Amino acid sequence: MKLIKTLLAVSALSVAAGSALAQEMTIVSWGGAYSKSQLKAYHEPYSAKTGVTIINDDSSAEAVAKLRAMNEAGNVTWDVVDVVAADALRLCDEGLAMEIDADSQLAPAPDGTSAADDFGDLMVSECFIPQIVYSTTFGYRTDMVGGKTPDNICDVFDLATYPGKRSLEKRPINNMEWALLCDGVAKGDVYDVLATDAGQNRALAKLDTIKDSVIWWNAGADTPQLLADGEVVMGSTYNGRLFSVIEEQKQPVAMLWDAQVFDLDGWIIPAGLSEERKKRALDYIYFATDTQRLADQAKYISYGPARASSAPLVGKHAELGIDMAPHMPTDPNNAKNTFLYNYSFWADYRDDIDAKWQAWLAK
Amino acid sequence: MAILTPISRKPLQFVLPILAAVGAILGLLVGTSNGNSLGGLVIGALGFTGLSLAAIKLPIAEKAARWIIVFVFAIGGYMLANLALGLLGLMVGAFTGWFVYWLYEGRYRAKLLPYLTPSQVLWHYTFRMICGAIFFFLISPIIVVMPLSFNAQDFFTFTEKMLALDPEGYSLKHYADFLGIRYDSNGEWIRSFWNSLIIAPLATMISVSLGTLAAIGLSQSHVPAKRAIMAILISPMIVPLIISATGMFFFYAKMGNFLEGTVGLDKDFVGYIKVVLAHAVLGIPFVIITVTATLVGFDRSLTRAAASMGAGPVTTFFRIQMPLILPGVISGGLFAFITSFDEVVVVMFIGSASQKTLPWQMFLGLREQISPTILAVATILVALSIALLATLEILRRHSERLRGMTPT
Repeated sequence: MKLIKTLLAVSALSVAAGSALAQEMTIVSWGGAYSKSQLKAYHEPYSAKTGVTIINDDSSAEAVAKLRAMNEAGNVTWDVVDVVAADALRLCDEGLAMEIDADSQLAPAPDGTSAADDFGDLMVSECFIPQIVYSTTFGYRTDMVGGKTPDNICDVFDLATYPGKRSLEKRPINNMEWALLCDGVAKGDVYDVLATDAGQNRALAKLDTIKDSVIWWNAGADTPQLLADGEVVMGSTYNGRLFSVIEEQKQPVAMLWDAQVFDLDGWIIPAGLSEERKKRALDYIYFATDTQRLADQAKYISYGPARASSAPLVGKHAELGIDMAPHMPTDPNNAKNTFLYNYSFWADYRDDIDAKWQAWLAK
Repeated sequence: MAILTPISRKPLQFVLPILAAVGAILGLLVGTSNGNSLGGLVIGALGFTGLSLAAIKLPIAEKAARWIIVFVFAIGGYMLANLALGLLGLMVGAFTGWFVYWLYEGRYRAKLLPYLTPSQVLWHYTFRMICGAIFFFLISPIIVVMPLSFNAQDFFTFTEKMLALDPEGYSLKHYADFLGIRYDSNGEWIRSFWNSLIIAPLATMISVSLGTLAAIGLSQSHVPAKRAIMAILISPMIVPLIISATGMFFFYAKMGNFLEGTVGLDKDFVGYIKVVLAHAVLGIPFVIITVTATLVGFDRSLTRAAASMGAGPVTTFFRIQMPLILPGVISGGLFAFITSFDEVVVVMFIGSASQKTLPWQMFLGLREQISPTILAVATILVALSIALLATLEILRRHSERLRGMTPT
């Protein structure tokens, strides 16, 4: 009898807990420092304003696969999902993300500029609401480069001047472009060369010169850990992660901004939500992507806000009190030489080059 | 234990080479960390032998000599690096002082049988060292996590300050993050911990009741196709988890849609039902196997005896059979609990974020952010399991004493 009573009590409790949390939404993001910046800039104020409980799921890395499976099973449990632009394009094409009308469903800028104009070119898909501009770039250990400061992307390929391990992402994107740039291909021609078999082999041949000194990473947190351990001299990762290593964790690491590759990250709303959940998701998006909120996020992480009108509002870091503008990838001093990631190229060539890349890695 | 064998001092040509070898190993460790393996090896061997020889030959009492050795090692460690190495030196010094006299005075022979040959004595101690090494091999990966969980930085790295035992190098911030009281923590850790604590016991209760009944049923002689039924029931344990998980994903998604849409239950409540049922399925095989094993030794005439005295089948089960097979039921339950508490694959497929369990959160924490909060959680879990096992053991001994058995 006791057992049955306990069971009843527990299930009653779970039901009570269930109904108490009815006003909740699941927001999917990347975890780590990035999720924390969203917690501070978006989730906490939004919960305070509306009383909605926000549940975090750090599953953005497999957002496409999971959304496909959820859609197939007819049970989408996510309300708002943070994805990179390339994933948003795929999800939109497959009908897994909802289309957004920027002018009626997003907040205009304070001066009345429409959202579509405020985001400008960054709205790369009808389903995608841009949030930040981030870059993939290099950081290096200041105490391990022997007094010579790397200031060129090709220093990554220079084993003679900078001996030691490097960490690179375990995928062809970015690495192939950097390899070609350092093999003497002009910036404007990189994607033309990379479209050919010979060009792909040329990029891999260049990467071959450092392959033995490379530690491959899968998660954005790997390079910061490797740099902190002194296991690598330099490594690529997202610029916000490096900011955290340098300014918040005070590690002897510095930025190598040369040939940083810009990319976009933002929100999508999954297709097929119930009316009530869709309304809540749109309300959240309207709130979280207005000019002030996007500028607020930059107080916690060094990613550039996607709205033009947010840029002047970027202030100081919330705890350290340092100016954030010089740490933004878009700052003129950092953006002297940048590389623009070509979405359509990778959409077309990704599968082919991936296969080659895997074969090359296994060699 | 009493002294079994009279002991005598050993000749120096036996003692010194062994001491030199031990010194060389210690020197190699210190030398390698300072970038000069060979130098460390030579200095270690010579220094260690010299120090031991002085302790043996000079007219100092053993106690004083041992204190001096401790002192020398501690100061040496402190001078070489920092306080931490000084403490290490203290321990190594204590060991050295003991080891030198243990070897020289022949004490190692005292507690062994007198007729053992030297090679048997050697094997006796080699065997113990191998056992110790295995123990170290098993335990050290768990131990190393504990100091790291107090790291003041966000990396899995022993910092300079930590090694110097500087209080600034340590902090409780990862524990605060786990508890959700750090300013930038989102409370996901403690929420997933509660989820695990809700899901695992419920799944265990279901597995234990169904598994025990199935095992009892299958142990009856008149059940047809016993082997086939058994094979089906324990298949969740044999089929690769990822395959069960994929199948369960579609099955429970349909079931969830029905419960939410047609029956009209709350979305979160349905989520918990799905995960609990899935975990119960994974736990049932463990209960069946352990209970079946205890039923082998169960005397069936007892149930018939109970029946002859007028007890119904239910009374017989609870008063006669259950107490006797309880150990099997409990250990099956423990396995089922751990299966659910450790499980990450199935819950990732079936659960939505509101049912995120602790292993899931740990998995996410490792992949996206190498966060030392995981180490804090691991330390807490290790402490909890030790406490749990210790309590169980104390209770067991207590009840044995009550029943008049001597604890073994």
